[in-house]
Amino acid sequence: MVPITYYLLLAAALFCMGMFGVLVRTNALVVFMCVELMLNAVNLTFLAFSRMHGEGTGHVSAFFVIAVAAAEAAIGLAIVIAVFRSRGSVNVDDIRTMKH
Amino acid sequence: MNIELVLFGVFAVMTLLSAGLVITARSPINSAMALVSTFFFLAGIYVLLWAHTVAAVQVLVYAGAIMVLFLFVIMLLNLGDAPHRGKPTVTRLLGGASALGLLAVLVVTLGRVNAQPAQLDAKSQAAFGTMAAIGQSIFTTWLLPFEAVSLLLLVAMVGAVVVAKSRI
Repeated sequence: MVPITYYLLLAAALFCMGMFGVLVRTNALVVFMCVELMLNAVNLTFLAFSRMHGEGTGHVSAFFVIAVAAAEAAIGLAIVIAVFRSRGSVNVDDIRTMKH
Repeated sequence: MNIELVLFGVFAVMTLLSAGLVITARSPINSAMALVSTFFFLAGIYVLLWAHTVAAVQVLVYAGAIMVLFLFVIMLLNLGDAPHRGKPTVTRLLGGASALGLLAVLVVTLGRVNAQPAQLDAKSQAAFGTMAAIGQSIFTTWLLPFEAVSLLLLVAMVGAVVVAKSRI
């Protein structure tokens, strides 16, 4: 039997990789993919704790996270398309109109 | 050496490798493909956690629907490889360092925890993580959040059309 700690460590590593990508990459699409990585790490944590306590509430939470991720991807990609149409770039460094 | 640990090790290493490829690949298409394989290996890990239903949904919704959306957008925008590595600005260096710091804190903290899976009897083991058990829970205890999520998806659908359309 695999200890739950291993799953939690894997989820932590995955979350930090996603966070690293969000903070370091400049392509807005890749940033979105890294956000998906972070959401998946959270899902893994939910499922690991669900298995640890032997009850199914974590599975319900994982379902809700997947639904929210779908909504987030739809809206986020629509915004990327709109920005690309008006600016001709998806580089987050080029989008600085609101910067003071 | 039991087979479960071996499977976990293989899936974990492949997940981390694919995730590394997502954040290092130069072309967005390569990132997207690496992300698909990350989702597949994660689904394998979910099965090891007895979450068969969530693993199936992961493959259907994430690797199927969401990644198709990503690939559509990448091809619609016709992006090539990144022309330049982003300059290592102070914010970017700080961001990368903070991610590494968070990883160090989490590893040190979780390393002290000794969490073991629950021992279930045969009956509750058979019911654990099935569609019936999850559906029962969603439609009784979590009915209001479930309806809120359906509303959220409707809002996201209308919002995506409004935002992405050039002229309404």
